Amino acid sequence: MKPGDVAIVGAAETTKLGVIPDMSNIQLHADAALNAMRDAGLKPADIDGIACAGEIPTNVAHYLGLVPKWVDGTAVGGCSFMLHVRHACAAISSGMCNAVLITHGESGKSRVGAIPRTILPASLQGQFEAPYGIMGPPTMFPIPVLRYMKTYGVTIEQIAMVAVVQREWAAKNPRAMMKDPITVSDVLSSRLIAYPFRLLMCCLVTDGGGALILTSADRAKDFPQRPVYILGTGESVETPMISQMEDFTSSRAFRVAGKQAFDSAGIQHSDVDHLMIYDAFAHLPIYGLEDLGFVPRGEGAAFIAARNTAPGGPLPLNTNGGGLSYTHTGMYGMFALQESVRQVRGSAPAQVKDVQVAVCHGVGGMFASSGTVVMADRRP
Amino acid sequence: MAERPLPAITPETRHFWEGTRAGELRLQRCVACAHVYFPPRPFCPQCASQEVTAFRASGRGKLYSYVIHHRPTPGFTPPYAIAIVELDEGPRMMTNIVESPQTPEALQLDMALEVVFERMTDEITLPMFKPTGAPK
Repeated sequence: MKPGDVAIVGAAETTKLGVIPDMSNIQLHADAALNAMRDAGLKPADIDGIACAGEIPTNVAHYLGLVPKWVDGTAVGGCSFMLHVRHACAAISSGMCNAVLITHGESGKSRVGAIPRTILPASLQGQFEAPYGIMGPPTMFPIPVLRYMKTYGVTIEQIAMVAVVQREWAAKNPRAMMKDPITVSDVLSSRLIAYPFRLLMCCLVTDGGGALILTSADRAKDFPQRPVYILGTGESVETPMISQMEDFTSSRAFRVAGKQAFDSAGIQHSDVDHLMIYDAFAHLPIYGLEDLGFVPRGEGAAFIAARNTAPGGPLPLNTNGGGLSYTHTGMYGMFALQESVRQVRGSAPAQVKDVQVAVCHGVGGMFASSGTVVMADRRP
Repeated sequence: MAERPLPAITPETRHFWEGTRAGELRLQRCVACAHVYFPPRPFCPQCASQEVTAFRASGRGKLYSYVIHHRPTPGFTPPYAIAIVELDEGPRMMTNIVESPQTPEALQLDMALEVVFERMTDEITLPMFKPTGAPK
């Protein structure tokens, strides 16, 4: 695919967001998909490619009445949708299909028809991590943080600023779950979850979903919404075990995916007007800024604490409020993509002025996988 | 209270769990490239050679990173540290720290640790670590 050959022509989230006890997991996929088809002016018969994670594509295609001739069930955690975008670009530009629907739906809070999370006792994680008391992402994702802090002399106050700044963005967004301003002191006096991390440094747990529709850029102008062109993409995986990360101060998957995306898009960091970095926990935007090359290693926390990514700053980051304040169903990557699309279209609640190039960077598992998508408001 | 989750041994990891039962921490070394690695696999993850040997590690290492979990977890009494030890031989592994208060003050990064073996069942003995010199 050449930069800009494929475009996003439909994008929507579920009608409701947050706590949705009256919808099951798969209905959240469908609610988002129906909204995205309406956004694009398409019917199920117009969709010939399906990609999703959480639910398998068979379930979603059958539920929606689709007849796909291209299927992608890549499921590598919360960034699966970034990988779906990348795979859909390859499929569309090589003529395998015309219109790909990517869906996410997750009853993460209400757990209606939710898919159980289990660690198989015979897996490597089951044998060499589960016996030591890991209990969900808060016990695993922050494990590298003390090593990062010691290596670079970063303080917990600087990391807390990530949550403070993102709450400022969330305050501008009526759909954000948490909108009240918070201070560093609020963050550092919130309940201890897994030292050094406290409640306000951990993502929300919500219900919701989102969907995207991609097609060839040659057709993109025929749709009702302003097209969002895909300039470049990247993907990688590292390890399912946080204990086996190559470098506790940097994600290899971030570096590989990010470089591929920037190189294939042919952009420089100075070209980027808007940035999303999946923030399941407060240290992720710090690792992301460094591993994508926006700042040198060890300087991400100070960069955020100095308000460079805050409203009015030169590099607007996580402008929906992020997983920390907007919403986090479990696989948040779809919501990061939705915000990038809104910013490029010019329709975001906290709209950044004149977004021409947007970078959307996702993580899956505990630094286990990564996907990066570069979007633009025009075809190069 | 529900029990701590225990490993289900696979053919590729049997030597490791037989080792802990015998009071040995066993790592693997590639005969072709000398790479020392963990977790167990019957081939070298660096050069793909299938000529690898298991050996008894020193059981010494340092505290590389950790969290102290404060929420209820089956088989555990919070707060408890979920720690990463970096072994003298190079590989890192997840573990718990015993014979030590589970506090940031007591758990200093880079402090010296040594392996101890905690018997869970007839089949499973888990390697854990204590501060070097701490009584057991």
